[in-house]
Amino acid sequence: MPELLQFLLSGITVGAVYALVALGFTIIYNASDVVNFAQGEFVMLGGMITVFASAAGLPLPLAALIAIIATAAIGVALNKLAIEPARGAPVVSLIIITIGASIFIRGATQLVFDKQIHRFPAFSGDQPILIGGATILPQSLWVIAGALAVFFCLWLFFTRTLIGRAVLATANNRVAAQLVGINTNYVMTLSFAMSAAIGALAGVLVTPITLTSYDVGLALALKGFAAAMLGGMGNPKGALVGGLLLGVLEAMTAGYISSQYKDAAAFVVILAVLFAMPQGLFGRKPTDRV
Amino acid sequence: MIMRLSSKATTLLILAAVIAIAPFFFPSSYYFRVGSLIFVNGLAVTGLVILIGYAGQISLGHAGFAGIGAYACALAPIHLGLHPALAAILGALLSAAIAFLVGRPILRLKGYYLAVASLGFGILVSMVLSNEAQLTGGPDGMAVPELGLRAVLKAVGIDLSNTEFWYAFSGLALVLGAWLALNLYHSPTGRALRALHGSEVAARTVGVDVAHYKLVAFVISAIYASVSGSLLALQNKFITPDVAGFMHSIEMVTMAVLGGAGSVLGAILGAAILTTLPQVLTVFQEYEQLMLGLVMMLVMIFMREGLLPSVAHRIRGRGE
Amino acid sequence: MSLLQIEGLGIDFGGLRAVNDVGFSLKPGEIVSVIGPNGAGKTTLFNMISGVYAPARGRVVLNGEDITRMPPHMLARRGLSRTFQNLQIFQSMTVLENAVAGHHLHERGSVFADLFSLPAARRRSKASEDSARALLDRVGLGRAAEQEASSLSYGALKRLEIARALALKPRVLLLDEPAAGCNAVETEEIDHLIAQVAAEGVSILLVEHDMKMVMRISNHIVVLDHGEKIAEGEPAAIARNPRVIEAYLGAQATEAQNADG
Repeated sequence: MPELLQFLLSGITVGAVYALVALGFTIIYNASDVVNFAQGEFVMLGGMITVFASAAGLPLPLAALIAIIATAAIGVALNKLAIEPARGAPVVSLIIITIGASIFIRGATQLVFDKQIHRFPAFSGDQPILIGGATILPQSLWVIAGALAVFFCLWLFFTRTLIGRAVLATANNRVAAQLVGINTNYVMTLSFAMSAAIGALAGVLVTPITLTSYDVGLALALKGFAAAMLGGMGNPKGALVGGLLLGVLEAMTAGYISSQYKDAAAFVVILAVLFAMPQGLFGRKPTDRV
Repeated sequence: MIMRLSSKATTLLILAAVIAIAPFFFPSSYYFRVGSLIFVNGLAVTGLVILIGYAGQISLGHAGFAGIGAYACALAPIHLGLHPALAAILGALLSAAIAFLVGRPILRLKGYYLAVASLGFGILVSMVLSNEAQLTGGPDGMAVPELGLRAVLKAVGIDLSNTEFWYAFSGLALVLGAWLALNLYHSPTGRALRALHGSEVAARTVGVDVAHYKLVAFVISAIYASVSGSLLALQNKFITPDVAGFMHSIEMVTMAVLGGAGSVLGAILGAAILTTLPQVLTVFQEYEQLMLGLVMMLVMIFMREGLLPSVAHRIRGRGE
Repeated sequence: MSLLQIEGLGIDFGGLRAVNDVGFSLKPGEIVSVIGPNGAGKTTLFNMISGVYAPARGRVVLNGEDITRMPPHMLARRGLSRTFQNLQIFQSMTVLENAVAGHHLHERGSVFADLFSLPAARRRSKASEDSARALLDRVGLGRAAEQEASSLSYGALKRLEIARALALKPRVLLLDEPAAGCNAVETEEIDHLIAQVAAEGVSILLVEHDMKMVMRISNHIVVLDHGEKIAEGEPAAIARNPRVIEAYLGAQATEAQNADG
């Protein structure tokens, strides 16, 4: 039993990160119908910039803040320089553009920083906390709490603020949103900024546990993408559930079957879900109009 | 201009001429090696032209089939005692069978969903190849036996160096692959594929069994990828799971779309550019990823149809 | 003896009855028109008959066989073909290739033969190309054969769709607003073409807004309003039917108001 609890706890920790990456996908997808394969690079940037800012002598919270703001700025630049000029391009082109962006960011990071593996100290020490025979790192609690806080704030944002509703309206119908006077370009910029900032925050929270280097982004992007698909593309609630589910599944596979195939589990489940319910767990069913 | 440019004979002629004449300008045998890499990649990409360009379906997992083709050449000679050439054929058949089984459910999906499903398939293949170390040698890779054709040629008086042989052999394979793909384009099957690309619902109403034809394109392109993987393994005499990796899948799709997924010649040009780029950039190795990413973005933003069709359009535009 | 029989057909979209309990039949060579105000469910009805939507209720019977919910490509094999209200042209194909693609059922064969361009494959291609050229001549697009389809005018594309549908050698042809966007001369040509095709024994189901055309060529008219059949009969009887006039004039009056406002 403690074993199961242990796997569950580590699964939820990883799952919280996947959920944040999936949420980043979802925000951009809703605003622009683009699946941003560079989403994982935001997580990497969050961790890497924090590492180097704190190595430069800044206190950790300030370094983290700078990392999040800088990543948000990079997200906005990505939108302005690569996504907006390609509006209306076919899906294949958009996939290649965002994968190109991902490779570009990775290459640039490796030049600006280095190719080493880095970490910075956990926020509240490394003393594991005992829960019912299992242990959890204080940093894991930070990750989980961070993810929940982000989801809660976002829910407030989308339901309680005018601009949040404008984002939702744009997601539902871009042209109609423009007609009622919503500046959809601004909405897209905002979405990329938020999505990048959320990714960077995930990177800041998780780096003390998983460490970071210039090339961790792609794997995170694929997992986050998978989580978003699992939950149903474009649905924030789906991102949360999909992320947590994926994390727990991976932890269970690693624990009970084979740690080598823990990544495989994620993709097997995703294939199964896509075959059985092509729209994911919470997705909307599109109807062809003829 | 476009009509003549895209006609079958002209495309094949240009391709064959370039392959035959280029060696006269090679300063060293290293260029034969780069050339044969281009042809091997070009072959896989020609298969993707059928899938992406003709049928309009994306796959981010075709390196999986290249992996199956490559490891068939490494494993079948050891475990089944097959000649490497037969092993390559076995790999192609296996890839076709797997594509047939996987393709049916996957191809019901569209757009991003299809992308992630195919991506998942490719990753699973590469994961099996790197994890089943007792069979595949794991991430360290494994040796591949000699094809043996070069020795046969030598016996009949054609003495080629190893790089020269592989340049000629994979060049031939590419011309053959291009010929088949071009035949298909102008055939009833090709029309059915392009029809469902243009409008699935209209294709159905003229009687096209859309699911069947998507599967046909998927299986054919899987065979191309598999043969490409086999050729790569045989000429390198060594293979690692990277051949089946996600990055290889992405490279293949990028090559196809970069040159112009709608045209065989364009896609081969894309393969040539993306294969040569890292060779040129080895001088600035740290900049390789930066440049690759930049090229991918710029071409897709400014030349949406891909290099060759965009340039051809511009030339035609000037002519009128 | 009816060739196509529609019985009690209905479908709901999000709880809304888009089409309900619609039934009628077509004899070989007959031209039946479905008319009704915008949003009456005409195209939805077409989509159900042609297998694009799965009806919730009712049956479609073709030549004695129940074809309800059969996928479109199977319907095509049974001789049911259609055109689309908002064009569904095969982009990035030439006009000729579009028409040739319509011959799919007659030209399909082994993929192997197609890959290796075996004589059998070339023969199939040649036969369908010859037939496609004849069809293009018939709809007046013979000269445009080598052009990119996307370069044609709206009216010409409508005719291209008809040629493509005829390539199937259908027994039943569903035409969704074939004359929309056409000028008077083009409309008359299409009018003529439809009558000719029907004279060859093809049953035609027509949705069209051009009332003059409908009255001129239909043998029988079915009137839909709010998804229900409100009348059917010969053109002259329909033109006098008070319910039809009310549904139509009511709708047109509202439309006119909307246009003004």
